[in-house]
Amino acid sequence: MNPHPFWQLLICRVRETWRTPEAIFWVFIFPLVMIVALGLAFRSDRVETILVDVEQGALSESITASLQSDERFKVTVSPVGEAQRRLRVGKTELVIAASDVTGEYNYTFDPTRPGSLLARNSADDVLQTAAGRKNVVSTSDVEMDEAGSRYIDFLIPGLIGMGLMGGGLWGVGFAVTDMRIRQLLKRYMGTPMKRPHFLAAMMGSRLLFMIPETLFILFIAWLLFGVVSQGSYLLVGLIVIIASLQFGGIGLLVASRAKTVEAVSGLMNLVMVPMWIGSGIFFSPDRFPEIAQPVISLLPLTPVIRSLRMVMLEGAGLLAVAPSLLLIVVWGSLSFTIAIVTFRWD
Amino acid sequence: MPYAIECEGLKKTYPSSPPVEALRGIDLAVEQGECFGVLGPNGAGKTTTIEILEGLLPPTEGTARVLGKSWDSDAAAIREEIGLTLQETRLSEKLTVLETLTLFRSFYREGLSAEQAMDRVSLGEKADSRLKHLSGGQKQRVAVATALVGNPRLLFLDEPTTGLDPASRRELWGVISDFQATGGTVMLTTHYMDEAERLCDRVAIFDYGKILALDTPRNLIAGLAAEHFVEFSVAGDTLSESFGADLPGVTAVAKEGSVHSLSVEQVHIAIPALLDRIEADGLTLTSLSTRQATLEDVFVSLTGRHLEETAEVSA
Ligand SMILES: Nc1ncnc2c1ncn2[C@@H]1O[C@H](COP(=O)(O)OP(=O)(O)O)[C@@H](O)[C@H]1O
Ligand SMILES: [Mg+2]
Repeated sequence: MNPHPFWQLLICRVRETWRTPEAIFWVFIFPLVMIVALGLAFRSDRVETILVDVEQGALSESITASLQSDERFKVTVSPVGEAQRRLRVGKTELVIAASDVTGEYNYTFDPTRPGSLLARNSADDVLQTAAGRKNVVSTSDVEMDEAGSRYIDFLIPGLIGMGLMGGGLWGVGFAVTDMRIRQLLKRYMGTPMKRPHFLAAMMGSRLLFMIPETLFILFIAWLLFGVVSQGSYLLVGLIVIIASLQFGGIGLLVASRAKTVEAVSGLMNLVMVPMWIGSGIFFSPDRFPEIAQPVISLLPLTPVIRSLRMVMLEGAGLLAVAPSLLLIVVWGSLSFTIAIVTFRWD
Repeated sequence: MPYAIECEGLKKTYPSSPPVEALRGIDLAVEQGECFGVLGPNGAGKTTTIEILEGLLPPTEGTARVLGKSWDSDAAAIREEIGLTLQETRLSEKLTVLETLTLFRSFYREGLSAEQAMDRVSLGEKADSRLKHLSGGQKQRVAVATALVGNPRLLFLDEPTTGLDPASRRELWGVISDFQATGGTVMLTTHYMDEAERLCDRVAIFDYGKILALDTPRNLIAGLAAEHFVEFSVAGDTLSESFGADLPGVTAVAKEGSVHSLSVEQVHIAIPALLDRIEADGLTLTSLSTRQATLEDVFVSLTGRHLEETAEVSA
């Protein structure tokens, strides 16, 4: 029984990828490093450290003692000019000076730095209390630190989207260009091979590889930081599949006529860089000015990350992400269609 | 029985700047069962011709029919019946021989098994080797096996032995002869005259997009003014280029370096006369040899250039 050419093309593509250990290595190592590095850098500490400098003087010892009764404060006693300098270069958040004559405290801080402002208010609070202030209204605190509200939770959908984009563009676009350069596409044209079988196999192999890639990111994020999706994992899977096809289509389009590695690499970067910057992998795209928003929201990666965040962070359902999915489908079909029309086999 | 290959008035102009007139009117008819050679230096238009016949390149003008069918109306049917290797294909280095052939086999409705194709090119024991571990000659045999795996009636090979060592070339010649022995038709391009002479029933000599001559190698050589060459040199290298032109049976003279070359019809008349003349002139012979004319000499007589030389220069 002669095996079906689609399966043969797919299997051979999978074998080739699998036998390129460097590629596999980067697909898994890169997100791992990102997750660990960014997850640790933006870890939300339960006990935040507040750096405070106290200027040398008669009261500096008693101020230091008061502050150190609260474990959040890390106090440094510095000479007069030195403390101000440390504030300027960000080595401390707040400088407290006490007048030897009046006993008045003088706070120097940078109100544009959230940390600095926080330090001023916290230190003031502690010092006033130590000096005998009584609270007028009784209050109580509820601290929010659920999984789902941390930076790492925000980051993971971004990294998944970034992986899908890179995988689609490199995995399909670069591979196809390489085959064209090697005259392999032309060689296939010399056989009765059906073109749709070839294209479908390229897309199919992308789908196959996206499964372990995405599962790996989700697993590592869960293992190291307890990241879980608030919404349905099936819906996450659906978004990932559609997005893979979309980026496969874009990869095919980018590579549809390229005849050199340089050409395809250039085009690939041209396509990817705006999305790296604009589509909200590392921070919310809402931070860009109003005028850039229409463009950003139309970039192919934006709806992928947006819908993944809606599902994973807010537990959104299919209906809520439907507009984003539609945009992805449109991008995918459009680029795939144009790619097929313009595709050159030799 | 229709011709295996038939083309008329093929012209191809590449729309580069400036445009290149690669083919300037090619007419061919190749019989079924024939091994047909397209011989010519680099840039002569061999690849352009064979790729038009393979249906991979549209001609600017002219028509081509293969196995009695037209590329315009029967491309899919023709594809099932031909096999080919391109001048330069790099198959996937990471796949094994068996995997590569199984892949290509899957494209054809009928054909050999991958194992049979490997046996045809004597690569059975390399079945599970990845291509990157094969030598240049073995890779080329895999390429030929991908052409054979669909069990074609017609085989196109574009410079199948270029760059291979002599042993690998002979091995491939064996594969090609075996295919022809089972009734297959072969069209191959080459710039090696010995390959064309050895393998091909008929040869078309190409230069600058035209066919200069088309016949059996034997007839092409017989068409030369003389079929033999006497080559000699003398001590001191004192003689003029025209030395010996007046000897009986000598039709032409040439000198390359210190070696004189006489084109002669009959060696047994020319050599005694040459020896007498050298003795009479008091010269000392330092070398003397004779050789049969080859297709190379045919090319030289047609163009005034050497085949391999031009090949090297433009390669
Ligand atoms: N794609 C192309 N664009 C422009 N010129 C080309 C192209 N392909 C081949 N040529 C030119 O056409 C001529 C014939 O080339 P080719 O058929 O490859 O010759 P051969 O195979 O005999 O070496 C050469 O001068 C070559 O430079
Ligand atoms: Mg060529």
